[in-house]
Amino acid sequence: MTGKIALAVAWRSVHNFLNNPAFMVPAIVFPLFFFVAFAGGLSAIADTPGFDFPSGYTAFQFVFVLLQSAAFGGVFTGFGIARDFESGFARRYLLAATDRRGIVAGYALAALVRALVTWTVLTVVALLAGMEVGGSGVDVFGLYGLAVLVNLAAMLWAAGVAMRVRSIQGGPLMQFPTFLILFLAPVYVPLSLLSGWIHAVASVNPVTALLEAGRGFISGEPAAVALAFAIAVALPILFGLWARGGLRRAEAAG
Amino acid sequence: MTRSVLSTQVGQLARRSVLRTLRQPAQIVPALVFPLFLLAVNSGGLKDAANLPGFPTDSYLTFALAVPFMQGALFSVMNAGTDLARDIETGFLNRLALTPLRGAALLSGLLAGAVVLGLAQAGTYLAVGLIAGAELAAGLPGALAIVALSVSITVAFGTLGLFAALRTGSGEAVQSLFPVFFVFLFLSSMALPLDLLQTDWFHAVASANPVSYLLAAFRSLLIEGWDPGALALGFGIAAAIFAIGMFAAATALKTRLVRT
Repeated sequence: MTGKIALAVAWRSVHNFLNNPAFMVPAIVFPLFFFVAFAGGLSAIADTPGFDFPSGYTAFQFVFVLLQSAAFGGVFTGFGIARDFESGFARRYLLAATDRRGIVAGYALAALVRALVTWTVLTVVALLAGMEVGGSGVDVFGLYGLAVLVNLAAMLWAAGVAMRVRSIQGGPLMQFPTFLILFLAPVYVPLSLLSGWIHAVASVNPVTALLEAGRGFISGEPAAVALAFAIAVALPILFGLWARGGLRRAEAAG
Repeated sequence: MTRSVLSTQVGQLARRSVLRTLRQPAQIVPALVFPLFLLAVNSGGLKDAANLPGFPTDSYLTFALAVPFMQGALFSVMNAGTDLARDIETGFLNRLALTPLRGAALLSGLLAGAVVLGLAQAGTYLAVGLIAGAELAAGLPGALAIVALSVSITVAFGTLGLFAALRTGSGEAVQSLFPVFFVFLFLSSMALPLDLLQTDWFHAVASANPVSYLLAAFRSLLIEGWDPGALALGFGIAAAIFAIGMFAAATALKTRLVRT
C-alpha cells in the first residue's frame, strides 16, 4: 500500500514538473549554465601550478555540477511540498494516505526522476563539449550512485523543512544551507590547492569527500570511495529522521 | 505643472521608497550578505588564479572585489521591481493614477530606494574588501569613484526592474528574472580577465557582454589606478542602460495606465 501511495504522489509531482515549463526549464537550464560558466570561463585554472587532474577541467567541473544539480533537484522538490501544504493539497494527501511515509517516499521518487532528466541533458552536453571520461563503467556507475544518494539526502532535508514551515516562505531555509555547504567545498580547484580559512572549512566539509570521490570516479583513479559512500548513506538516514519529524509536525498541525 | 510641484511629487515618492526599503531587512540583508559570501568563497577558492601568467594583480581578492558591486546591482533589479509590482498588485498604482502625478515623478521616486541601498552596498563591499586585504590603487578619490559607479549601475539596473514590474504586474515574474540577469554576470570576465578566457566561444560572449566592461571599470580603480578610458566606458554603459530602462519603463507605464 505504501508503494502505491508513493507512486501516486510521485506521478503527480513528475507530471507537474514535466508539464510546467516554469518548473522544468530552470531545473535543466541552471545546471547547464553553471557547467558552461565554470568549465568554459575557468578553463585557464587548469594551468595553475599544482593543478593535475587527468581528465581535464571540464570533467573536474562536471562532477561538481552533477552533485549540485542532485542537491538542488532535491531542494526544489521541497519547494513543491511547501507549495502543496500552502495550497491545502498536502492536507488531502494526509487524509487519504493510510501510511503517510508513502507521501515522503513519493516526493523522493519524484525528486529522483526530476534529477534524472537534468542529468541526462547535462551529461549529453558535457560529452558534446568534449569531456574526457577516464573511468570505467563501474566508476561512472559509482559517480551517478553518489549523485542519487545526494539527491535523496537533499530532498529529505528540504522535506523536513517544508513539512515544518508548510509555506513556500521556507524556501530560503531549504536552499541557503545547501548552497552554503556546496560552495564551501573545493569547487574550483582540488583541496590541496586551497589555503587559508577555506582550506580549513573544506577539509571538514562532508561534501569535499563526495566531490573527491566523484572526481576520482570520472578520472578513473578512485579516491576516498569508502568515506564518500559512508557519508552519502549516512546523510539520507540522518535527514530521513529529520523528515519523519517534519511529517509528525505536519500531522499534528492537521 | 511647475517645477516645484514635480520636485514635491518626486520627493514624496522617494521618501516612501527609501522608507519602504529601510523597513524591509529581507531586502537589505541578502543584498549585503550574499555577494560578500560569494566574494569570500571565490577569492579563497580561486586564489591560485593570480599565479597565472598575465593575471593583472597578485591578489585575487582585489580582482574579485569588483564582482559584489555587480551582484548588488542585480539585487536592485529585484528590489525595485518587486516593490513596484506589489504596488500594482495591491492597487496602489491605480490610486496614484487618479492623482495628477507625472510618470517621470513616479519612476524617479521609485528609484530612490535603489539609490540608498546602492550606497549602503557600495560602502559595505568596499569596506569589507579593504579590511580583508584588497588593494585600492586609486586611493581615496578612487573609493568615491567606485561608490559613484556602483550607485550609477544600481540605479540603471533598477530601471530594468521597474520595466519588468510594469510589463508583467507580478512580483513573482520579477523574481523569476533574477536568474536571467545572473547569466549576464556569469558569462562575463567575472572570474578571469578577458585575455585569460581560453574557451573561444566563452571569450567571444564575454567580450560582447557589457557586464565585462562594467567590471573592468571597477577593476581599473582597484588594480591600476586611474584609467579614464575604462571609467568612461563603465559610466557610459551605466548611462545607456539607464536611458534604455527608463524609456522602456515609461512606455510600459503608459500602457499599464491605459489598461487600468
